[in-house]
Amino acid sequence: MQKRNIVSILYILFLLLPIYWLVAMSFKTTNEILAGFSLFPQTWTIENYKTIFTDPTWYWGYINSIIYVSLNTVISVCVALPAAYAFSRYRFLGDRTLFFWLLTNRMAPAAVFALPFFQLYSSVSLFDTHLAVALAHCLFNIPLAVWILEGFMASVPKELDETAYVDGYSFLRFFTTIFIPTIKAGVGVAAFFCFMFSWVELLLAKTLTAVAAKPIAAIMTKTASSAGYELGLLAAAGTLTIIPGAIVIYFVRNYIAKGFAMGRV
Amino acid sequence: MRAYNQKAWIFVLPVLLLVAFNALIPIMTVVNYSVQETFGDNVFFWQGLDWFEQLLRSDRFHAALGRQFLFTGLILLIEIPLGVAVALSMPRKGIWVPVCLVTMALPMLIPWNVVGAMWNIFTLPDIGLLGYFFNNVLGVSYDMTQDPLAAWITIVTMDVWHWTSLVVLLSYAGLVSIPDDYYRAARIDGASNFAVFRYIQLPKMKTVLTIAILLRFMDSFNIYTEPFVLTGGGPGNSTTLLSIDLVKIALGQFDLGPAAAMSLIYFAITLLVSWVFYSVMNNQSDEAG
Repeated sequence: MQKRNIVSILYILFLLLPIYWLVAMSFKTTNEILAGFSLFPQTWTIENYKTIFTDPTWYWGYINSIIYVSLNTVISVCVALPAAYAFSRYRFLGDRTLFFWLLTNRMAPAAVFALPFFQLYSSVSLFDTHLAVALAHCLFNIPLAVWILEGFMASVPKELDETAYVDGYSFLRFFTTIFIPTIKAGVGVAAFFCFMFSWVELLLAKTLTAVAAKPIAAIMTKTASSAGYELGLLAAAGTLTIIPGAIVIYFVRNYIAKGFAMGRV
Repeated sequence: MRAYNQKAWIFVLPVLLLVAFNALIPIMTVVNYSVQETFGDNVFFWQGLDWFEQLLRSDRFHAALGRQFLFTGLILLIEIPLGVAVALSMPRKGIWVPVCLVTMALPMLIPWNVVGAMWNIFTLPDIGLLGYFFNNVLGVSYDMTQDPLAAWITIVTMDVWHWTSLVVLLSYAGLVSIPDDYYRAARIDGASNFAVFRYIQLPKMKTVLTIAILLRFMDSFNIYTEPFVLTGGGPGNSTTLLSIDLVKIALGQFDLGPAAAMSLIYFAITLLVSWVFYSVMNNQSDEAG
C-alpha cells in the first residue's frame, strides 16, 4: 500500500468501526451490553445465533427475504433487458419522456404510498405473498436496471447487430446468444443494484406482508418488547443480514470494476 | 444515430405495464385522498384544494422542508467530494481492489432499520463505542437524545457512513475506464497532479458523478427509516425531516387528506429538482457523444 492510499484506508476503518461494534455485540449477552461499555465481549456467547438458527420465525425471515429479493432481481433484469435495448437502439414516439418518467418512480415518498400499495395488492389478492413484494420493488428497481443496462448497451457498436442480421441470425437468437453475453458485465452490475435495493427496503416489504412472506428486517422489530430491547439478538440478526449481500458482491466484484468502465453509467 | 422504429414499444411494454401497475394506481389514490376529508371508514367529503392551501401556509411544513433541504444539502456537500477523494486514492490493480470494493459495499447491504438501530446503540453515551469514546475518553459532552446539534451530527455521519460508498463505487468505475495512455501523455507533457485531475479524471467522471448526485439527491430527500429509528425525529422536532413529519401526520394522526397533499407537494419538489439535474446530465452526454 502506498502513501496515496491513506484516504481509502482511513475511510475503510471508519466504515468498519460500526460493523465491528455490531459483530462484537452479537457475541455478547443483552445484560452485558446494557451493563456498560466493553470493547470486546467479556463472556463470549453464541446463544443469539442459536436462537436465530433454531427458531423458525427467525430463519424463515431470511428465507422469505431471499426469495422475494431473487424474484425481484430476475423480473427486473429480464424485463429491463429488452426495454434498455429499445432505448439504446431505436427512436420512438415519446422515448425521452418515457425514460424520464421511469426515473420519477424512484422519487415517490414510500411513506405515504404504502397505504395505497396495501389496498392495491389486497384487491388483486396478492397480499402476503413473495410475489407481491417482488413486484412492488420493481417500482424503483426497474428504472435503475433500465438506466444501467442502457448505458452498457449504448457502448456496444451497432455494427454488431448488423453483422448478426447479415449472418442470418433471428433477433431472438442474436439477442440471447450474442448480445447479452457481450454486456454480461452490465447485467451483473444491474443485478447487484437490484439485489441491494430490494434487500434493504423495508417499508413496502413490511406493508405487503403479514405472516407467510414476512421479511427478516420486519421480524427484527420483534426484538423490541415490553421488557426492553434484546440487543444481542438484534445484533446477531443484523450481522447475518450482511452475509448474503457480501456473497453477491464478492461474485460481481470484477464486473463492478471492469463493467462500469464500459458504459456511461 | 438511432433509427426510428415504433415497434420498439413492444420491447418497452413489459416495463411499462409493471411500473404503471405500481405507480399509477397508488398515485391516483393519493390524489384522490388529497382533495377529500374523511371521518371514518370509507366516508369521504369533498374538500377541494384546502389541504394544499393550509399546508403551504403552515409553519410546521416550512420547518420540515427547511430541515430536509439542509440535510440533503449537507449530504451532497460531504458525500460527493469525499466519495471522489476515496475513489482517487483506491488502488487500481492487485488483490486490494476486491478487498476494498467488498468492504466499501458492506454498509449498503444492511437493511435500513438495522442501520438506524446499530447507530443508535453505537452512539449511546454509556454503552456505545462512539458515545463512550467522546464522553469518557475525550471528555466531550455528546448525547444525541438531548442535544439537537449532536443529533444532527449523528444523522449526517450515519448517512455519510451508509451511502458515500455509492459515490465511491460509481466514481471508481468512471476512473478505471480512463486508458493508461492518457496518464502517460499527461506525464510527458509534465502535467501536475491537479491538472491530471482537472483535465483528465474529472471530465471522465462527469457522467457517473451526475448519476451519483441524482441518486443521492433522490434517496436522501426521501430518507425515512434510518433517521426515524436513530432519533425518532428528536430531540424535540430538531431532526424531523419531511418524510418523518409525513408519516406522523398520515399514520400517527390518520389525517389522510393533509398527508396525501403533503406527499404530492413533496413529490413535485423532488421531481422538479431531479428534472433540472436530468436536463444538465443530458446536455453533457450530448456534448460528449
